[in-house]
Amino acid sequence: MAQVRIPTPLRKFTAGADAVSAQGSSVAAVVDQLDKQFPGIKSRICDEAGEVRRFVNIFVNGEDIRFQQQLGTPVKDGDEVSIVPAIAGGH
Amino acid sequence: MSFVTGLRCRECGAESPVAPVHVCDVCFGPYEVVYDYQAMRRVLSREAIERRPRNLWRYRELLPIEGEPAIGLHSGFTPLVRADRLARALGVRELWVKDDSVNHPTFSYKDRVVSVAISKAIEFGFDTVSCASTGNLANSVSAHAARAGLDCFIFIPHDLEQGKVIGSTIYGPRAVAVRGNYDDVNRLCSEIADKYGWAFVNINVRPYYTEGAKTYGFEIAEQLGWRLPKHIVVPTAGGTILPKVAKAFHEFQHLGLVEGDFKIYSAQATGCAPVVTAIHQQTDLIVPVKPKTIAKSIAIGNPADGFYVLKAVRESGGWGESATDEEIVQAIQLLARTEGIFTEPAGGTTVAVTKKLIEQGRIPRDESIVISVTGNGYKTLEAVTGTVESPFEIPARLADFDELFARLRGNRHVSAG
Repeated sequence: MAQVRIPTPLRKFTAGADAVSAQGSSVAAVVDQLDKQFPGIKSRICDEAGEVRRFVNIFVNGEDIRFQQQLGTPVKDGDEVSIVPAIAGGH
Repeated sequence: MSFVTGLRCRECGAESPVAPVHVCDVCFGPYEVVYDYQAMRRVLSREAIERRPRNLWRYRELLPIEGEPAIGLHSGFTPLVRADRLARALGVRELWVKDDSVNHPTFSYKDRVVSVAISKAIEFGFDTVSCASTGNLANSVSAHAARAGLDCFIFIPHDLEQGKVIGSTIYGPRAVAVRGNYDDVNRLCSEIADKYGWAFVNINVRPYYTEGAKTYGFEIAEQLGWRLPKHIVVPTAGGTILPKVAKAFHEFQHLGLVEGDFKIYSAQATGCAPVVTAIHQQTDLIVPVKPKTIAKSIAIGNPADGFYVLKAVRESGGWGESATDEEIVQAIQLLARTEGIFTEPAGGTTVAVTKKLIEQGRIPRDESIVISVTGNGYKTLEAVTGTVESPFEIPARLADFDELFARLRGNRHVSAG
């Protein structure tokens, strides 16, 4: 099982939980599994074409999946998957 | 009184009341402050603005606070310098430098956004302010928090220039150095902001924070005698300031305060140019990069508002370019030696990119140009150490100076006559 960190805008799907467990060998599989547990959550993370939305960043153990294999990035037991709104920052 | 009517998502148009939230529940797009321009038009005029104190709050109808501003009463209204010697060096007719390297109190454009963010945080009732920063923002948040008497936590990458670290810690915040780059710090802070009830100026109060950047554009238009520059070059890191300068110009047009059009250009360091790459490839897709440049204050590989930089640049008919570390250092020296302004590598990037855009013919030589200098070189001495001449050391004897002077006069690179 991977541990998935849920940002505030998505917690209405998870009954307020800021972290949940989900099974899956890739980020895509983890997102699909999340949607089974919390119906509707996937459509907030991914667009109609199934790609990660422009303003959502996903990290596996702190590493941006865009530097890896995008939604195909492998996930192992005990990994931490973070879903983080992209809009932040200044300098 | 305030002309703010609420927040609206820039992507899907969903609306929200004024609150410390920054992303839309529906699509994660950024919330933006909405104003009642109709009502504002009845009270705002050039004359009304000109009568007010010379700080960024002179444009307060266009800023998202309700009551009297709590801080920033000395921030903004920095010099717009007519840069004739630099103009000659670059071969152009009318060149200006908007110089936020002397912004009060921490010498960067961040004093604008932080003045607004912390004033708003106080209105919301927060007692702790925080930020993720490459240095300038942390400096400004620390100073303004000290003056407002708020608790303060700052989060910075572990490898910042010493000047930028002490430039924060002197004001007494809790400073946390995170092992990683800015993008790592930012991700961590997004998670911390979710968990702790603090006002993160560039996260949960970001819609208000970013509005402060407009004052840089308002001032340029006012200081040019209520006109817009034909061309303005702005550095891009997270992508806050460029779209907000464009927005400032559009708001002034909309309110009938200025006429005419402008083109806006993005400047990035070659070692971290995800937005400029997307401009060149004419795509909407910004591929994040791992930054590798001396221009640390703009080394953001995963720019939050990069998409809006693309949009503002394209809508205006502008363009973007990048500068190598070597070109950045040369440009810092060029600005210092022609105009007596010492900027940090972000400013060097903007000067170097302006030079390139002129040489490429993208910016014509006979139209007005503004270069955006947003930070101060005294904070980043490391960037130029070893590239400038060291002092000549002599004993305290006139004969020794005479000998040195004679030697220097024989050297045509040194003018001492």
